[in-house]
Amino acid sequence: MERTTIDLWVGIFVALGFAALLGLAMKVGNLTTSSIGQTYLVTANFENIGGLKPRAPVKSAGVVVGRVSEIVFDPKTYEAVVSLNIDTRYNFPKDTFANIYTAGLLGEQYIGLEAGGDEVNLKNGDKISQTQDAVVLEKLISQFLYSKATESDDKPGKTAATSTESGVDALDASPLDKIGK
Amino acid sequence: MVLHKLKRLFSKLGAGCINKVWRLGAGGRLFWLTLISSGESFRRFRLTIREVYFTGVLSLIIILVSAFFVGMVLALQGYHTLQKYGSSEAIGVLVALALVRELGPVVTALLFAGRAGTAITAEIGLMKATEQLSAMEMMAVSPIARVIAPRFWAGVIAMPVLATLFSMVGILGGYLVAVPLIGVDAGAFWSQMQANVDWEFDILNGVFKSVVFGVACTMIALFEGYDAPPTAEGVSRATTRTVVTSSLAVLGLDFILTSFMIAV
Repeated sequence: MERTTIDLWVGIFVALGFAALLGLAMKVGNLTTSSIGQTYLVTANFENIGGLKPRAPVKSAGVVVGRVSEIVFDPKTYEAVVSLNIDTRYNFPKDTFANIYTAGLLGEQYIGLEAGGDEVNLKNGDKISQTQDAVVLEKLISQFLYSKATESDDKPGKTAATSTESGVDALDASPLDKIGK
Repeated sequence: MVLHKLKRLFSKLGAGCINKVWRLGAGGRLFWLTLISSGESFRRFRLTIREVYFTGVLSLIIILVSAFFVGMVLALQGYHTLQKYGSSEAIGVLVALALVRELGPVVTALLFAGRAGTAITAEIGLMKATEQLSAMEMMAVSPIARVIAPRFWAGVIAMPVLATLFSMVGILGGYLVAVPLIGVDAGAFWSQMQANVDWEFDILNGVFKSVVFGVACTMIALFEGYDAPPTAEGVSRATTRTVVTSSLAVLGLDFILTSFMIAV
């Protein structure tokens, strides 16, 4: 085979390889979605962040507006300090509420921002004071069991009526009632 | 009588062990010699390019066709299981992660050992049997710099390229089965994939794996050829050993590399 033909084929081969890598990066990987232009940094303190991880999305009304950049533990207040990088295109009022939500029942955790009514906006370096911790499933279940137990201790004899009052009738299960009695 | 048999058994075991260790050492020495005398394969880069053509370009057909079928099978099998859990949109993530992390580098390396590794071993073994390598030494041309090193670097260059192409074509095959054939939503297919495949952790680690496999497969093929007894039977045995050793090395290295990557 001639030298130039070999050169041509090898050139095409290597170029195809780079094209495939580029294709993987752009079409398959999250190289393009992970970068969000200019950002400003705000922090939020949580008592419990559950399974939140760095680079988790920050969403408002379901739209990704930023990413979690860093999570550190504050040894003075015993709280988790979460730093959020938020796109400069989006401004939030100073009394914005930061929650930790879970996508789906077993999905990844993300931070949801709910805008407040303040006229002053959050600036770079500000701190979000109103936060709500991640829901820990074990805590929720133990709280529910505890409230059930105390409830049936207080009012023995009543079953159906008390369970609707407690506001957890969706989770109400008759076996638990029987255990409580 | 029994003592005599026992003695023979143990000396056989000992000879086998010594032979294995000797081959490992000789292989390591050849690897080192290849590295230090690979200057020429970059100065006269045309030598390397020629080998990239033979090991890489000529392996394209088998790699791409297998990738296409592997991707299609992954999509079919994945859909069958995922739809039981009502998450058939995750098929994109499944196909992409399986290909980029594992199947791309590993299957490419196994095919590469069968397609290009055997060719390298047979070629060098025959060069040795027909005393071409000795003739080079007579003319004060180092056969390691002139024959071994260009083939080594060609393998190291070709393998990651082939593995990335394998992943890309496999994902295309998975797409063709999942979206037009089964009817999974195209937007969910791509967006779930993009949300869950990480550039550094998944894609670059896969490329790194394929580079390591390229070094291992090519070096094993070169050593088996260089070490083959200069007979027809010797070359045929060396070719068989290339496939067996390369496959085992790739699978073993894959476990080691993955355990390091996942642990981080």
